[in-house]
Amino acid sequence: MRLSGAEIVLECLKSEGVKEIFGYPGGCVIPLYDALYSCEGLKHILVRHEQGAAHAADGYARATGKVGVCIATSGPGATNLVTGIANAYMDSVPMVVITGQVTTAGLGKDTFQEVDMTSITFPITKHNYLVKDVKDLPRVFKEAFHLASTGRPGPVLIDIPKDILTAKSEFSYPEEVRIRGYKPTYQGHLAQIRKIAKMVNQAKRPVIYAGGGVIISKAEAELLKMAEGLSIPVTTSLMGLGCFPEDHPLSLGMLGMHGTGYANYAINEADLLIALGTRFSDRSTGAVESFAPKAEIIHIDIDPAEIGKNIFSYYPVVGDVKEVLKALVQMLEPKENPDWVANINKWKEAYPLTYDKESNEIKPQYVIEEIRRITQGDGIIVTEVGQHQMWAALHYSHTKPRHFISSGGLGTMGYGLPAAIGAQMGRPDKVVFNIAGDGSIQMNIQELIVAVEHQLPIKIAILNNGYLGMVRQWQELFFNKRYSATPLNCCPDFVKLAEAYGAVGLRIEKKEDVSRVLTQAMSITDKPTVLDFRIAPEENVFPMVPPGGTVGQMIFGGGKKCNTY
Amino acid sequence: MQHILTVLVENQPGVLARVASLFSRRGFNISSLTVGETQNSHLSRMTIVVEGDEAVLEQVTKQLHKLINVIKITDITHLPSVTRELVLIKVKTNLQSRAEIVEISNIFRAKVVDVGRDALMIEMTGDDDKIDALVELLRPFGLKELVRTGKIAMVRSPKNKTKNNEEDEL
Repeated sequence: MRLSGAEIVLECLKSEGVKEIFGYPGGCVIPLYDALYSCEGLKHILVRHEQGAAHAADGYARATGKVGVCIATSGPGATNLVTGIANAYMDSVPMVVITGQVTTAGLGKDTFQEVDMTSITFPITKHNYLVKDVKDLPRVFKEAFHLASTGRPGPVLIDIPKDILTAKSEFSYPEEVRIRGYKPTYQGHLAQIRKIAKMVNQAKRPVIYAGGGVIISKAEAELLKMAEGLSIPVTTSLMGLGCFPEDHPLSLGMLGMHGTGYANYAINEADLLIALGTRFSDRSTGAVESFAPKAEIIHIDIDPAEIGKNIFSYYPVVGDVKEVLKALVQMLEPKENPDWVANINKWKEAYPLTYDKESNEIKPQYVIEEIRRITQGDGIIVTEVGQHQMWAALHYSHTKPRHFISSGGLGTMGYGLPAAIGAQMGRPDKVVFNIAGDGSIQMNIQELIVAVEHQLPIKIAILNNGYLGMVRQWQELFFNKRYSATPLNCCPDFVKLAEAYGAVGLRIEKKEDVSRVLTQAMSITDKPTVLDFRIAPEENVFPMVPPGGTVGQMIFGGGKKCNTY
Repeated sequence: MQHILTVLVENQPGVLARVASLFSRRGFNISSLTVGETQNSHLSRMTIVVEGDEAVLEQVTKQLHKLINVIKITDITHLPSVTRELVLIKVKTNLQSRAEIVEISNIFRAKVVDVGRDALMIEMTGDDDKIDALVELLRPFGLKELVRTGKIAMVRSPKNKTKNNEEDEL
C-alpha cells in the first residue's frame, strides 16, 4: 500500500493505539493536517498555543500511563513546545513530539520558520530524530514509542521535513524494535538484593523514601506490603504523591523543603533510608551533606545514571522498582517496630501539619481540604506551580497513584490548565481539579477555550491572594519583605473572564461559602468552572526548610523555628 | 586524573553533537576527542580523554550510556593498550638551524613532510611524552604552527587463551 509520509505518520500513531493528539497547525505540517482531515480513529484537539499541546499531552500521559502525543509546526511552533518537552523530561513522562520541519532542500539555509529542533532538544529529550527519508518513518515511530514508554520514560521528538510528509512510500509497521544501544535493566541483581534484604531486616529505624518511579512501575502494592510487613514508615517526593496512601498510619507525607516535620525528622534520625525510584532532587534533600546523616542509603532506580549522581549510595540496585521489590519482599522477615513507630507518632503529634483553622479569612489549606472532602480523594488533582501547588501537595491527603499531576522537576507555571485538559481527555470518568494561583493561571489561560469547546467539566480553583505568592514568601522570609515585582495589583476579573470564554465563573469571598460553591461546581458537568477563591493574602507554606538548609533550620507556621525535636 | 574512554557509537549524523552537548551540559571536561569509522561502516569509534576523579568518570560513563546511539563504553586507562597521537609542526628554519632540526627529527623518527623557504613541516606519531619532548626541543627554533589530532587508543590482544577477545563485537 503506497501512502504519503503524512498518511504513514497517522497510520503509525493508530498502530500504537493512539486515540487523541494535541496540536496546532502551521505551514510545514499542512500535509499532515490534510491527511488528518479525512482520517478516522484519531481525535485532534486544537490547542491555542503550542506550549498547551505539550502540557496537555504530558497531563494525558500522567493520568493514563499511556504515551502522550503532540504536534506543532516548524520554527516558532516547535520552539513553543520546548518548555513542555523539558517539563516532561524532568519528570520522566512518556511523550512523542512531532514537529514539522522545512523541506530537506531548505535545511541549514535559515529558510522561513526553520529552527534546528534536534539540536535544541538534545538535552531535554530521551532521544530525537530528524527524518530524511520517508522509508524511515515507520521504524522511527516504532522506536520512538518504544523509547518513550520503556525503561525510564521520557519525551522523544520526531522532526519531519515537509517534503518527507508528501513523499510516497510503501507502508508496513514493524513488529519489533532493535536498538543496539538501548537495553534497560528491569531485573535487579539478585546478590545485591540479598544484601539489601539483610540490611532492611536488621535496620532499627528504617524509612522508605518513594518517588515517581514507584508510580511509573506500578509498584504500589509491593511498597505497601513491604512497609506494612516490617512497619517501615514511608515518605514520598512530590512526584511520588499517591504511591502510598497518606491516610495510612505509616505514611509520613511528603519530605523536603516543604515536607512535613515528621517526614524530615524521621529521615534525620533514620539508620536506613530505602530510596525507591527517586533522584534525590535538591527540593527533597536540602543540603546533601546533612541529608539523612545517620543512615545507610539503599538506592533502587531503573536509571543507572541516577545512582551516585546527587547522593552516594553503597547499596544501589539498578532495576525496575516493581521487579526489585517483588524479589526483595520475599526475603524480608515481617516484624513490628514499636519503638521507632512510637517515635514517629510522637513527632506527628508534636509537629502536625496545620494552619490557623479559627481564622475568618479563607485559608488556602481549608479550600484544599474541602476539595478533598467533596472529591472523596478520588479526583485527579492537577496543579500549576507555586504556593497553591505545595498546599495541594500537603493538605489533600493523596491516596491513589496518577491522581496528583504536577510539574515537579521543572516547576513550570502555566502547566496546570493544559495538563488538566489532557488528564480529563484521558480520564473522562474522573473529576479533574486544576489547583491554580492568580499568577500561574494567567500563563496559559488561553487553553480555557479548549475545555469549553470539548465540554470538559474541569474545576479550576484559583487560590487568589493577589501575589506571586511563592516568590513573595521567599521575599518575606529571606529578602526583608521587599516585595519586588510580586504584588499582582492589577488582575483580570476571573469570573468575567470565565464567562467571556463560555465557562462558569464563581467568586468565593467568605469562608462559609467555600463548601456550598464547591458543591455547585461539582454539579456542572458540561463545561469548565472557574472558582476565584479570595484567600488570605499573606498566608505562607509551612513547614519550610530554607533553600540549601538543614532539617534543624525548619520553619513552622507562625514563623517559629524549631532546633530541637 | 586523565581517563581514556573508547566509545563505540552508531555512525549517524548528529552523534558527535550529542556527545559534545552532553559533556558541556553536565560540566565534564574533554581533553581530547577523536572519532572515525570502524571496520564496520555502520559504527564509529570515539576515543575520549576526560579529566576528573572516579565519581566524575562514573557519571560520564553512565550519562554516555543513556545516549541511544552509544553502544559500548570501555575505560581503558588501566588496560594494556597502545595510545597514539599524530602531530604536525611547522618550525622556523634558516640555513644555520635546518640541519639541526632535521637531525632532531630523525632521532624521534619524525618525518619532514614539507620544506619552505623559512620553515619545515614535521610529522610525527607517538604517545604524549614523545610528542611533548619533540615540541619542547623544537620550541627554541620558533614554532609557527602546531596541530595535534588527539589521542587514539587500542587495547592490546590477550597473550593467553583464557581471556575474552572483544574484537568480535562489531
